[in-house]
Amino acid sequence: MKRDFSLLFILLGLIALVIGVLFGLLISMVYIFPGFFKDIVPFNQLRPMHTSFVISWIILTAIGGIYYYIQHEEKLQLFSRELAKWHFAIYFAVALIIPFSLLTNKMGGREYLEFTPVLILPILMGWVFFGINYYKTLFKSVKNWPAYYWMWGIGIAFMIFHLSESNFWMFDSFRKDFIKDISVQWKSYGSFVGSWNMLVYGTALYLMSKIKDDVKIARGRTTFFFMFLGLTNLMFGWAHHTYIIPTQPWIRYVAYAISMTEWIIFIKIVWSWRKSLSKSDKTTNSMAYRFILASDFWVFLNLVMALFMSIPSVNYYTHGTHITVAHSMGTTIGINTMILFASVSFILSRSKASCKNNQVFQKFSFYFLNGSLFIFWLMLIVLGLLKIDAGNAAAGSASLLESQAIYYIVFVFTGLLLFISILLIAIPMIYRLEPICTTLLYPKTIQDEIDFIEEAEN
Amino acid sequence: MSKSSINGEDLWQKNNCAACHQLYGLGGYLGPDLTNIISDTLKGDKYVAAFLNSGTKSMPKFHFSEREKEEIVAFLTHVDKTGFYPNKNARIRKDGWVEIEYK
Repeated sequence: MKRDFSLLFILLGLIALVIGVLFGLLISMVYIFPGFFKDIVPFNQLRPMHTSFVISWIILTAIGGIYYYIQHEEKLQLFSRELAKWHFAIYFAVALIIPFSLLTNKMGGREYLEFTPVLILPILMGWVFFGINYYKTLFKSVKNWPAYYWMWGIGIAFMIFHLSESNFWMFDSFRKDFIKDISVQWKSYGSFVGSWNMLVYGTALYLMSKIKDDVKIARGRTTFFFMFLGLTNLMFGWAHHTYIIPTQPWIRYVAYAISMTEWIIFIKIVWSWRKSLSKSDKTTNSMAYRFILASDFWVFLNLVMALFMSIPSVNYYTHGTHITVAHSMGTTIGINTMILFASVSFILSRSKASCKNNQVFQKFSFYFLNGSLFIFWLMLIVLGLLKIDAGNAAAGSASLLESQAIYYIVFVFTGLLLFISILLIAIPMIYRLEPICTTLLYPKTIQDEIDFIEEAEN
Repeated sequence: MSKSSINGEDLWQKNNCAACHQLYGLGGYLGPDLTNIISDTLKGDKYVAAFLNSGTKSMPKFHFSEREKEEIVAFLTHVDKTGFYPNKNARIRKDGWVEIEYK
């Protein structure tokens, strides 16, 4: 029997989440204790630890889910398990080297990819391995792809391009023109996030069709329309990040038009799916269902925020404030993390190897997570409004931070609640996932089973 | 960008200054935005150079050489020349559009 590494990606992703939120809590402490940790690991090294690990959580868990679904739910023969093994081995090694690079101050990359730039090569190699495996497996076995297969495939291909694009600064033609350089850098980040959204939203669509046991919802015209809108958004809808940079005005016009549409269609799909769901379907996969519905709620809140932030006259004030952070937290935790928790819950519900779970505790953790995220999100908006009120010129000054200390204390407290709530969900998932990983890594042969029974009888 | 400015940007990246500081409102939220710090009449290049090695309550003391400090200042001087942030003279139109002021 060959070993299956799919769930190891998810296990690594969950561990990255726990580490990432721990560093998130540590960096928030600096706002109320400015010298906190400064002599051990200063803020410029702490912050990338947080961002690198939480980005790893999203990407690793999405990848692991895709590997798992195509093999164990769709029963497709993976083109090469060897390639998947090397994919995991490379990412595992990178996951160890990145913190070493950051904590030993061997940086040099740009924001969100601050580690030593050479590490982008093995990361890209992993994506290429994944792409080869995915396309070779799917082209060989599946005709008439539902939308989620396209979304996953597009997400992988665009991830390779935009990850490369985020390193264009290494070329002189970009490096010597600061405005071009910073615009391409932040364009690539918007598209990079769009690429992982393709993987995560594809997972949401897949889960909806599995929970409802109806692949038609992933084949409808509206679904494909939404998928192409998402793709358009991925390619052109990033410019609201860079409205204020002195670039060509047409770039902002395009973004303004495009960013209004994608979310409305997504809500429509989730809403239609929920209406058509029977009661028995809901209870079969209750935690997966709850997390998908929570992502629906967060899509709505972030839709409202994204719509306003994409209006240039509103963006003029909100840009560079914590309102932007509220938007990114709302999308990465509220939408991405809820969908990925739904994915892990779904996988756990399919396995007989998982131990009995406490429904009351799970329900409590779910509401605690959403409640604490909501308060945290509101607090970021308050901090953003305070920064707007103070004026950007004064922002970041020590006296301003001191005068707003009470707000930052509340902010850190809400961050602590969010940290605890994520642990309450992630740690039991790690605990329950570990034996399933072992089963897939060391599958028992029939002879093993016979030996086991004989040994038990004796 | 001059060679000196590019070296300054390398130092900016190697020390991950963007973790705390923003340029054009893009970057971290702990420290101030530095887009126009050089042309700020109350601050300027000497102010920046002084802070680099003295640090603050939350900013670590870096140990830059004189040449490195000059290169970081050269980088920020170049950034300053590319535009305004905050764009205080931007014109906000009634239809929601913003006409920014260019340098």
